[in-house]
Amino acid sequence: MYKIIEKKVLSESVKLMKIKSPLVAKKALAGQFIILRIDEKGERIPLTIADYDREKGTVTIIFMEVGKTTKKLGTLKEGDSILNFAGPLGKPSEIEKFGTVVCIGGGVGIAPLYPIIRELKKAGNYVISILGARNEKLLMLEKEIQEVSDELHICTDDGSKGKKGFVSDVLQGLIDDGKKINIVWAIGPIIMMKVVANLTKKHNLKTIVSLNPIMVDGTGMCGGCRVSVGDETKFACVDGPEFDGHLVDFDNLMLRNRRFAKEEEHACHMAGVKL
Amino acid sequence: MAVRKTKHEMPEQSPKERIKNFNEVPYGYDEQTAIEEAKRCLQCKNRPCVKGCPVEIDIPDFIKQIAEGNIDKAVEVLKTKTSLPAVCGRVCPYENQCEGECTLLKIGEPVAIGRLERFLADYERKKGAKIPKKEKNTGKKVAVVGAGPAGLTCAGDLVKLGNKVTIFEALHDPGGVLMYGIPEFRLPKEIVKSEVNYISKLGVDINYDVVVGKTITVDELMEDYDAIFIGTGAGLPRWLRIPGENLDGVYSANEFLTRVNMMKAYDFPNYDTPVKIGKVVATFGAGNVAMDCARTSLRLGAEKSYIIYRRSEKEMPARNEEIHHAEEEGVIFKLLTAPVKFIGDEKGMLKEVECLKMKLGEPDESGRRRPVPIEGSNFKIKIDTALVAIGQSPNPLIPQTVKDLEIERWGNIKTDEHGRTSIPGIFAGGDIATGAATVILAMGAGKRAARTINEYLKTER
Repeated sequence: MYKIIEKKVLSESVKLMKIKSPLVAKKALAGQFIILRIDEKGERIPLTIADYDREKGTVTIIFMEVGKTTKKLGTLKEGDSILNFAGPLGKPSEIEKFGTVVCIGGGVGIAPLYPIIRELKKAGNYVISILGARNEKLLMLEKEIQEVSDELHICTDDGSKGKKGFVSDVLQGLIDDGKKINIVWAIGPIIMMKVVANLTKKHNLKTIVSLNPIMVDGTGMCGGCRVSVGDETKFACVDGPEFDGHLVDFDNLMLRNRRFAKEEEHACHMAGVKL
Repeated sequence: MAVRKTKHEMPEQSPKERIKNFNEVPYGYDEQTAIEEAKRCLQCKNRPCVKGCPVEIDIPDFIKQIAEGNIDKAVEVLKTKTSLPAVCGRVCPYENQCEGECTLLKIGEPVAIGRLERFLADYERKKGAKIPKKEKNTGKKVAVVGAGPAGLTCAGDLVKLGNKVTIFEALHDPGGVLMYGIPEFRLPKEIVKSEVNYISKLGVDINYDVVVGKTITVDELMEDYDAIFIGTGAGLPRWLRIPGENLDGVYSANEFLTRVNMMKAYDFPNYDTPVKIGKVVATFGAGNVAMDCARTSLRLGAEKSYIIYRRSEKEMPARNEEIHHAEEEGVIFKLLTAPVKFIGDEKGMLKEVECLKMKLGEPDESGRRRPVPIEGSNFKIKIDTALVAIGQSPNPLIPQTVKDLEIERWGNIKTDEHGRTSIPGIFAGGDIATGAATVILAMGAGKRAARTINEYLKTER
């Protein structure tokens, strides 16, 4: 059993939890993920690690309530426990001194981006962070990311905070200004990563994206998380979750992530939770 | 009195009934039938059946005890060599092992050794297993990686010899392929749990959610343990490598079976993990895993369940019993047929598979006749789901993360026949060493490694 040490409600549908798991906390690195299962009848879901505290032995997860499991997880309180918590899984981000790095986070994708920004900054990079969300309420970790970034740009779809528009517009602005960029990290909704990758491809800017496909075991066993990367099929759980954004087939990923949309709806309906 | 030429029948659920449920197919022998069957054994002096058994069970001895009505004594004999008899009594390919060597084959069917083993295991489980006396504490600690058949067997044997044993398991349940792979109707999960329970009662600790190679490395384990056994199996699915394999509707056998067996998707939405198969399912491959997929599909409500295999009936690697059960249940066999392409609809959902007819050519390196495509024989089959069951490769997680560990061409860990790897103190066995094989061979490897490890612990330091 893994205890929920702390819980914060970041917005109506986004929650933060610090989970006690000393083994995972000890090994966790930016870019990796965990798999959790709430109870005996639960499914296994992957969540990217938002932070870790090696001394306290906790791992931070931030999740949006989108299906039955995340909704159920959201109802748990501090002091409650979840049954399974395995990790850290996947390959860590390849952090090095690149020069100027643009880190783009969209919605709940801002969460896994935070430790990556922090490590990139630590490695001596000039970090420009671009955070985007549908509206101000859904924006998270602004203060934390401000602290570890050299520049911070914020935008919202409705203009309730920062610039009105999309993260790709901000990136386009930076490129138009003639900013020299060495590499881009983009984590967020698939469509956001696709748009960013299409833009950077035109400018020949290497772009790393972090994928979150459907998984079961998370150890390379089931292949449910396979994605097309260039000419190859890769498993996000062991080969990723980060890949070269210019090679990922985002359309196939979008399709595969909707594989169980109907079943998910049915499960939520049966459990009396609204989607 | 002349010896009866055929095995005593084992009663089972009728095919019509059983495709509507996930309950076990055979019911097993009752005591009287078991005794009658045991009396067929000739008690040969040269004990050919024992030579056919990868874990060297004293087969004629336990059969003799059954024949004399000493069931408890028979259990005791059986358990000296195997800690997982209820599993072996259900999934072993007896026809190629113990029963394949039986002298009675000269006049008819062999003694039903598998059924007798199963009878004893079930008898004992109902009664409550006796915990045997362990040898004196050696003060040595062994870490076992993976709670599958190899790891469980190795752990059980080592703990009986007085060692302290801890298993590290990546998933949330024990059993490995016994839990995620083999379906409920062939090996009820309660039975796996009760066999694991027995190993726990012997004193083995099992830690779940520990992905060795990620959560903790083998090198770190080496600091705390005197020896390590790696039994992480062949978890990596193989693909057909044909166009369309990433369409919605194409699963690896591993994903499909893990969803249904370990995550209990057949009981969705009572359990949270979904699975969807539509009306027509095609399984590619003809091994035991393929039969499991095809039969599971029927139970999930498929109207048609195909086995598509590029060779002929003779080359199908599945156990006879599995093929027979699949046929009885209405699985349609499309043999000498190879897929060339999956075709999706405009939304990317699988709708068809294009196949080629094959004929058998010259024997290949495996000794089986090589399938050769018949040009221009392409045809399409409408399907909703494709299950790819053409084998698994060793899981690379550990081979990739242990420095200086010698790996062979197919990604398996190199060992000698005793389970020693290229690093002293690290041992390996089962599918991770041999490539995908059977439960019983993995158990045999776990057993041999336990013996080697025990010797190693005595001589080292």
